[in-house]
Amino acid sequence: MLNVGKIEEGFVLDHIQAGKSMSIYEHLGLAEKDCTVAMIMNARSQVMGKKDILKVECDIETLDLDVLAFIDHNITINVIKNGEIVEKRVLSLPKEVKNVIRCHNPRCITSIEQGLPHIFVLADEEKEIYRCKYCEEKYSEK
Amino acid sequence: MRHLMSPMDFTPEELDRLFDLAENIKDFPAKYAHACDGRILATCFYEPSTRTRLSFEAAMTRLGGRVIGFSDAASSSAAKGESVSDTIRVISAYADICAMRHPKEGAPMVAASRSGIPVINAGDGGHQHPTQTLADLMTIRSLHGKLGNFTIGLCGDLKFGRTVHSLISALVRYEGIRFIFISPEELRVPDYITSMLTEKGIPYEEVIRLENVMPQLDMLYMTRVQKERFFNEEDYVRLKDFYILDTTKLALARPDMLVLHPLPRVNEISVEVDDDPRAAYFKQVEYGMYVRMALILTLLGIEV
Repeated sequence: MLNVGKIEEGFVLDHIQAGKSMSIYEHLGLAEKDCTVAMIMNARSQVMGKKDILKVECDIETLDLDVLAFIDHNITINVIKNGEIVEKRVLSLPKEVKNVIRCHNPRCITSIEQGLPHIFVLADEEKEIYRCKYCEEKYSEK
Repeated sequence: MRHLMSPMDFTPEELDRLFDLAENIKDFPAKYAHACDGRILATCFYEPSTRTRLSFEAAMTRLGGRVIGFSDAASSSAAKGESVSDTIRVISAYADICAMRHPKEGAPMVAASRSGIPVINAGDGGHQHPTQTLADLMTIRSLHGKLGNFTIGLCGDLKFGRTVHSLISALVRYEGIRFIFISPEELRVPDYITSMLTEKGIPYEEVIRLENVMPQLDMLYMTRVQKERFFNEEDYVRLKDFYILDTTKLALARPDMLVLHPLPRVNEISVEVDDDPRAAYFKQVEYGMYVRMALILTLLGIEV
């Protein structure tokens, strides 16, 4: 079993679907932040079988958690202060995500209009369906 | 400031007021002949659409206003690569209201977000065509007497037809409506619509042959079945006549059934049907103009 040390100030993202941590690292813009990050991939999990974990030494308030919730709202967040968990946060699907994903509809105005933010709106919370704000095309990963 | 992007932008109560105004304009045109004196409508049509553009232009002209604009992207600054956002900012300096048609879906919404004047979506790709839906609703209300308590058959290409999708979404807000979808298997109404109807407990059925359901209909909304929508020629040849309305099929209908069509018609309604009093599609065009007049007045906040 691989051991990664405790963090003093920051947060731990747990229950990340195995293989998704790199994408979260990128979407949260952690590469641009001056903080230590430990990425644990394919850790054993009783519930999930395999999971990823991210340990990050930085202030959680500087991050866009909506992005995280959009990618996987089952992720749990443990906020750490003085080496102890002081708060557990549960994510819920954001109503709107901006510039996280792009509209794939070639007929959408976002395909030609410069500088237009790609905005998706939560259309069906139960089915986790997001639609482009402009053309209303359902988002699907391609 | 208010824009019109989708027929759902207005509540049923607001639509009622809009249709009341359109009826009043129809009955007393002289009263409104100078309502828009000194006002300018910009028709920004990035793709050709004779009917809708002329309807908007006729609407503004009949209100005493004037019209500027372009009728295809090639004759606009879009050909030089100007964005929709920049174009609408410029147009806002020239005109009081803008009707925009664009091949890209969501373009009028982008324009509205940057505009200093009300923007009307005059059709954006396969997405929305709200003023057609307003014309459809107004026609039904005027000729049927009310919006509600009827069985409507929608016939033809129900998969790709944006007018059909918009009309269904707008009609579900009224009481007692039953839908009968008449189309080949390949062109059935999308699942998200049937799921929405099921969820709301609105009755519907899907059939292949028009004749089988004709006697049940209070109104029939026809659309064109295009050959290129079929996977093979054989199916097209086998099915195409099912979706052509002629006097033989119309003989099965109730004497007061309304026949609607967003136009242009190609061959899906035989010309012999035009003389039947149930043919309402040319009246629909007229109502379309009155409802656009009412819409211009409403969005400009002009009271007569």
